[in-house]
Amino acid sequence: MRITTARRIAQGFFFALFVWLCVVSAVGTGWSQWRGWPIRWFLQLDPLVALGTVLTTHSLYPALGWALGIVALTLLFGRVFCGWLCPFGALHQFTGWLARLRQRPKQRMQSNEYHPAQTLKYYLLAALLAAAVSPLGGRALASLQTGLLDPIPLVHRSVNLAVLSLLGAGSAGDRFYTGAGLIGLLFLGFVLLNLVVPRFYCRFLCPLGALLGVLGRFAPWGISVAKAECTECRLCDRDCEGACRPSGPFRASECLMCMNCMDDCPTKHSVGYAPRPSPAGEIPLPEISRRGFLASVALGLTAAPLTRLGGATARNWPAGLIRPPGAVSEEEFLARCVKCCECVRVCPTNAIQPAGFEFGWEALLTPAMNYRIGTSGCQLDCIACGHACPTGAIRPLSLEEKRGGGSAGDLPIRLGLASVDRGRCLPWATGRPCIVCEETCPVSPKAITVDEIDQQRADGTSVRLQRPVVDPSRCIGCGVCEHECPLSGMRGIRVVADNESRQSEHSVLLRHEN
Amino acid sequence: MKEGDIGPLSPRREFLKRGLQAAAALAATGGMGAWLWNRHPPGDLSTEKAFDPRKDFAMGIEGPRMSIAAGQDRAVMLRTALKALGGIERFIKRGDRVLIKVNAAFATPAALAATSHPALVAEIVRLCRTAGASSVVVTDNPINDPASCFELTGIGQAVRQSGGDLFLPYAGAFRKGSLPGAKLIRNWPVMQEPFKGVTKLIGVAPVKNHQRAGASMTLKNWYGLLGGRRNQFHQDIDGIITELAALVRPTFVILDGTQSMMTNGPTGGSLADLKDTHALVVSTDPVAADAFGCTLLGKTVHDLPYLIRAGELGLGAVDYESLRPIRVEARAS
Repeated sequence: MRITTARRIAQGFFFALFVWLCVVSAVGTGWSQWRGWPIRWFLQLDPLVALGTVLTTHSLYPALGWALGIVALTLLFGRVFCGWLCPFGALHQFTGWLARLRQRPKQRMQSNEYHPAQTLKYYLLAALLAAAVSPLGGRALASLQTGLLDPIPLVHRSVNLAVLSLLGAGSAGDRFYTGAGLIGLLFLGFVLLNLVVPRFYCRFLCPLGALLGVLGRFAPWGISVAKAECTECRLCDRDCEGACRPSGPFRASECLMCMNCMDDCPTKHSVGYAPRPSPAGEIPLPEISRRGFLASVALGLTAAPLTRLGGATARNWPAGLIRPPGAVSEEEFLARCVKCCECVRVCPTNAIQPAGFEFGWEALLTPAMNYRIGTSGCQLDCIACGHACPTGAIRPLSLEEKRGGGSAGDLPIRLGLASVDRGRCLPWATGRPCIVCEETCPVSPKAITVDEIDQQRADGTSVRLQRPVVDPSRCIGCGVCEHECPLSGMRGIRVVADNESRQSEHSVLLRHEN
Repeated sequence: MKEGDIGPLSPRREFLKRGLQAAAALAATGGMGAWLWNRHPPGDLSTEKAFDPRKDFAMGIEGPRMSIAAGQDRAVMLRTALKALGGIERFIKRGDRVLIKVNAAFATPAALAATSHPALVAEIVRLCRTAGASSVVVTDNPINDPASCFELTGIGQAVRQSGGDLFLPYAGAFRKGSLPGAKLIRNWPVMQEPFKGVTKLIGVAPVKNHQRAGASMTLKNWYGLLGGRRNQFHQDIDGIITELAALVRPTFVILDGTQSMMTNGPTGGSLADLKDTHALVVSTDPVAADAFGCTLLGKTVHDLPYLIRAGELGLGAVDYESLRPIRVEARAS
């Protein structure tokens, strides 16, 4: 079997596996549901997720141990991940191949020429990693933004929220996602850019590819063109996915290990995979400028502190930003979340949504609760999101911890606090009976109780009214009341993040009530 | 490297070199991975250790502990009241580092008596200096903007002119601590920075009506040592003032009832809210001082549950007469 056939099988297998893991990312025990599938496995493999969170939290989340394997693979064999495993890469390669089916060899050779702009991805990587480092030491000002461009989170959120939803696949049929348009169009754009240059994303933008390119610096094995038999036909450059120019000088950091060069060589011998630098010449590291590198680092280092001047993690914290149950405090959340949107995808009620710019730049594409868009609020007995999160931005809760009142007698996890808008609530504002919120409040004893009064109406009749009142010591901010409120435009009872248990300084309750 | 340059080593040695480098990088990655393995599990961002926030500057000295001066001139009243207790020298020794907690809660003029009077603050700073205090720092974490409060009340200028220093609070000046046995002051930011090296603590508070607490005097004045979203403690105002009485044990307090704010407290805002009550208390027992102070407001200690609770906890004498306060007339000489 040819090596390129093996590669195509691997790419096909991992792409299919990836799509399958996306399809089954729905809570349930059916054959096409989550069951025990390792739905976050590709994210766990991603060394950029691991390195980013290590820089921000000074700790390696155990779920990310898999990434060490990819680091080891890359250190020894180069960017095998890009050419053989990456589902986004496989998609690019397939699209690029499709677009060039009818092209002549010369055109293909031209489109696979190395371009100096391929260094852009290294500058992006430098800026993103610099932003993950807190400039004053400690962990407070570290912002993890790698997920914006990291291909693994990107392809997860794109396929899960946009592609599968559009196709109506599985349980994804009746779900809505804020920002799906932006996520989907960007994804489509990145895929279509393969019509301009094959593997456009991989060559110019991919920060993970850049990281792996640098990691492969010492790989003892690599593509090697032996001069003795070489006729200098340069056919090895024709289908080169990474535009790394195997004919020499070989740019090792750009090589995606697609092995097309070996396949294309008419002598069948001169291009090989050998334990030596290519005799045709080799450039082991990307040719990035010191100036550009320093500028990227400076941009990254200052980006987070500048953004934090907006006060969104301090006194100006957005009350509408309700994080999923088990989410850690906001500063740490921003240090851990990679914007993969796995939690968004698995949330059975569709209440977790990717944030747009409404909570600030940093929170872009991070999960926030929306109690209108889905089929309910946060379900009392559901802990799916924390178990889908690859980085611990949402802790994997036990049901006991989420519900509280276990052996430790702890309080339940509170996402926020509901409050009745007495200017809109039907009984309060219009004298019409309702209390749907009280009925649907899932905690026991209920967090919503009713005040009963006999109210005289203008027409002289009297009505017995029950008016809802929220007890902040019982309300968990699940949003079921908000979801069920019959005022479907602006609800008469709404949840904000006040009193969320993840940040004690947002507490409404006194200390001993917590 | 430039084109065609494969380095000076033979392919075999180059392979060995790279292999060793890759192996070293591999070992380093593995080592780092093991070392960093879940070192900070999620939700473990704060590394601050538990901290006892108590401020105990009580001297426990024998002899008279409370004096009440009658008069109109605050500086004269203070000197007279202190003299009755044996003079400032009995409390402040040469080399002492003194912290004075005033009530600078609002950015309003001194005449409205919503804050400690600058003439009184100036006099206590001057007296401490005269007694040989090596530093006298005046502070508060007020409700309105700190800098505005100290300037508009006149306290800032008074402190500077009498040889003291101002300490304006900032986020880093507080440290989270838990008062032993407390229900409210738990893992809560308490002012810490200006207490560094301090040997004596004096509280200076006006007598004011307070809608929520009944009255704001020397005990309520310690509220200004709390940071964070402390206004949530208004849900249990008697609980928090009782805890403050346990949190802070001053060297002595000065309760200024020259004028008392009878209505519309604690902000006041009108001279019509004030009444001349002609009294100034110096006491080593803030509970006793406040117990006297509430009489100026026409209240009894039973109107102020926090006083009763503080008394029950042994934090001071609700029956201030048991301290045999020395009553003196203070006339300008």
